Amino acid sequence: MSIYQEIILDHYRHPRNTGRLKKPTVSGKAFNSLCGDKISVDLLISKGKIKKIKYQAAGCVISQAAASILSEYLIGKTKEQLQKLDKDFMIKLLGIKLGANRIKCALLPLEVIQKTYGQSKSKRS
Amino acid sequence: MFNPDKIKKDFPIFSHQPDLVYLDSAAMSLKPKKVIEAVSSYYETYSANIYRGIYQLSEKATEVYEKTREKVAKFINAPAVEEVIFVRNTTEALNLIAYSWGRVNLEKKDEIITTIMEHHSNFVPWQVLAQEIGAEFKVIDIDEEGELDIYEKKLKTITQNWQTEYQNLEFDKIITKKTKILTLTYTSNVLGTINPIKEIIAQAKKINPDVLTIIDAAQALPHFKVDVQDLGCDFLAFSGQKMLGPTGAGVLWGKKEILKKMPPFLYGGEMINAVYLDKTLFADLPNKFEAGTPDISAVIGLGAAIDYLNAVGFEVIQNHEKELTAYTLEKLKTISGLTVYGPTNLEIKSGVISFNLSSVHAHDLAQVLDEEKICIRSGHHCAMPLHTRLALEASARVSFYFYNTFDDVDRLIAGLKKAAKIFR
Repeated sequence: MSIYQEIILDHYRHPRNTGRLKKPTVSGKAFNSLCGDKISVDLLISKGKIKKIKYQAAGCVISQAAASILSEYLIGKTKEQLQKLDKDFMIKLLGIKLGANRIKCALLPLEVIQKTYGQSKSKRS
Repeated sequence: MFNPDKIKKDFPIFSHQPDLVYLDSAAMSLKPKKVIEAVSSYYETYSANIYRGIYQLSEKATEVYEKTREKVAKFINAPAVEEVIFVRNTTEALNLIAYSWGRVNLEKKDEIITTIMEHHSNFVPWQVLAQEIGAEFKVIDIDEEGELDIYEKKLKTITQNWQTEYQNLEFDKIITKKTKILTLTYTSNVLGTINPIKEIIAQAKKINPDVLTIIDAAQALPHFKVDVQDLGCDFLAFSGQKMLGPTGAGVLWGKKEILKKMPPFLYGGEMINAVYLDKTLFADLPNKFEAGTPDISAVIGLGAAIDYLNAVGFEVIQNHEKELTAYTLEKLKTISGLTVYGPTNLEIKSGVISFNLSSVHAHDLAQVLDEEKICIRSGHHCAMPLHTRLALEASARVSFYFYNTFDDVDRLIAGLKKAAKIFR
């Protein structure tokens, strides 16, 4: 089975939630030097939940589609829910099989969002 | 008549993977049966350590190991056999020079010169050395065609004193009396550019006879005849695994009079003459630089690889690779949105072609091709400074060896067209 399923390609061609937030609660970015994948993300957090996500990403189909699909999934999620997500979750969310090298592309958006939300707490306290 | 289909029969991987289109030989060549047999024959029939044993098995292992040294010396036309030092790979060979020669001879304000088209293994060791000593690290730029052209005087250095500043310089301004090391690749592993090494070395030595000249020949040795005496270099490094040999055996060749003055890089067994409580006397060349048990089987396999290459002949190999490259460059033109990097003049181009297809990431291209059993490389190919220079995050790369066929190229082109459709 190809990893380039229609749903993946659709998110690659028409990514959801791209752009920047005017007044994000917190922002972060990440870079994968192996592929050159880049992502920067803005989060608007309200009452302990992600209210809005906007991101800008450049890179391969998998990293871009993963960012798009994940951004839709995460709206309304709490920090605890976010931090529980892992590799297995991303594979399930994308619904494709990824080898040891390509899984890093799919994990980049998740990792940067987890890290970014993490920083929001340390700022307040 | 050269027949690559017949050649493929010599490579067992094609009987295990009949549909394989292998286009990543710049990273790793496939292995002929003769090489695999030489390795297993060592392990099955005489797998003793070298030098140490008085018994016959050890004698035999030593003999075959040393025979390979002679084969390598002849292969690159080295004036003396003891100038051939076995290391793991090109990376280790280059590091050996940087650690041993560099840290003894380099002083503050001295200059190290390399090029923007280097593999990281011929870039990072020198960058780190320069930082450590406080030396100047100068990087020669490429022109629009991806060449180092010393005749057109288009050369530029781009890094001085750790601030990136572009300077248009003629070659005699780049090489100065303060230049201690000039190290460059024979063939770019990304652009396929074959540099005019002999001319560059001659020019450099004319300006400063004391400059140490080092050639990374990892992408050259497998594909055409290299003659160290003709080139006039001081050091030459290459890897066995890119020229049909097993992984684990590479070569550093260096001029005897320079090697003799250099301190050892690694200390331990096999590199000593005598050890006392207060001092150690080191062995002569080449053992001084071969501490510890080497990868004996890989060296023996490298010997078999050289025999195989000699039997096929470089003229045949070079012709076939040129034809494949010309054919591929033509075919690639039929794919819209595809950009090829590096020279198109086949006189100075090896069988390495890097490209991008529109805005499709090279990893995605490689993945789609993999579904068609076509292996290509994607990423920055351990040449990040070059990719940055070309304003690229990554590129896709195909690289040929003489076992590749025109059918391989047709399958590649069909695969790329499929990819173009998927990511339209």
